[in-house]
Amino acid sequence: MKRIVLLLAILCLVPVFAFAKEAKSVSDDPELEKRVMALSEELRCLVCQNETLAGSQADLAVDLRNQIREQMKTGKSDKEIITFMTERYGKFILFRPPVDPTTYLLWFGPFILLLAALIFLFRYVRQRRELIVDAPLTPSERLRAGDLLQAESGKKTT
Amino acid sequence: MRYAIPLIIFLVIAGFLASRLRGGYDPHIIPSVLIGKEAPEFQLPELRNPTKKFSPKDLRGKVWLLNVWGSWCIACRQEHPFLMQLSNAGTVPIYGLDWKDKREDALSTLAELGDPYVLSVSDTDGRVAIDYGVTGAPETYLIDKDGVIRYKEVGQLTPEIMQNKILPLVRELNK
Repeated sequence: MKRIVLLLAILCLVPVFAFAKEAKSVSDDPELEKRVMALSEELRCLVCQNETLAGSQADLAVDLRNQIREQMKTGKSDKEIITFMTERYGKFILFRPPVDPTTYLLWFGPFILLLAALIFLFRYVRQRRELIVDAPLTPSERLRAGDLLQAESGKKTT
Repeated sequence: MRYAIPLIIFLVIAGFLASRLRGGYDPHIIPSVLIGKEAPEFQLPELRNPTKKFSPKDLRGKVWLLNVWGSWCIACRQEHPFLMQLSNAGTVPIYGLDWKDKREDALSTLAELGDPYVLSVSDTDGRVAIDYGVTGAPETYLIDKDGVIRYKEVGQLTPEIMQNKILPLVRELNK
């Protein structure tokens, strides 16, 4: 009986050990951890490309976060770390694409489309206006219209 | 004419989508920024003989392939028979970077499947792989006599890639 109790007690400790192992990769400095997370929000996970490094659980993302943490500990600035990353993985790793010739289409494409649509709309409306033909009434039509209007107002008053 | 405009727009979009679906386009392949640059220096223990360190500098004057692999990597297993073939042909020496692997696992994989590498080095914590911009295994780098990376293949090497891209470069670089 005693043995079973002891065994159960040991088993209860297993999750504690598991937790201890997990916490190891995160440093105990909350300020540093904040910086690490802020910077990894700016970088792309290269395995699951629509995620940031901060949000990804991929192995490589964990490694890269460790790399960021370590470099911060040695006193490197965010800018230096970003340079380190782009030297290895290219601009692709930047989650916020920089404005440069390769991304002009990405940044300005929507505005070009908007401008094209506006030009199209403007020309279309002008074209429609030209379609309206000025059709003045003939004198007999004018008389008839006057009669109709008079009859209409006469009906209302009586 | 006015009815042709939506049709033209449709064809342009469809053509664009089709070109991305066919032609083996893979968004995971990121153009390497390291091509044309010196292969990052490292000092790593050899897999078979961990007391000895290997550095890419040791291979100055040689044209060689650096193949990133791991015993946990399924695609590397698929690539393996072709690497064996290449190694037997002996046109270009292959060196292995054993990425984030346990030494015993790596050794037993090589014992089971054969060892196509002149030697492999152990990058246990994946630091060197980061320096090389590795995003997944297998990846293969062609490095020239001056230690400059001339080509990078993300994913498995195939006979076509070897014939059409790497071997012509190797011949040229060996001149």
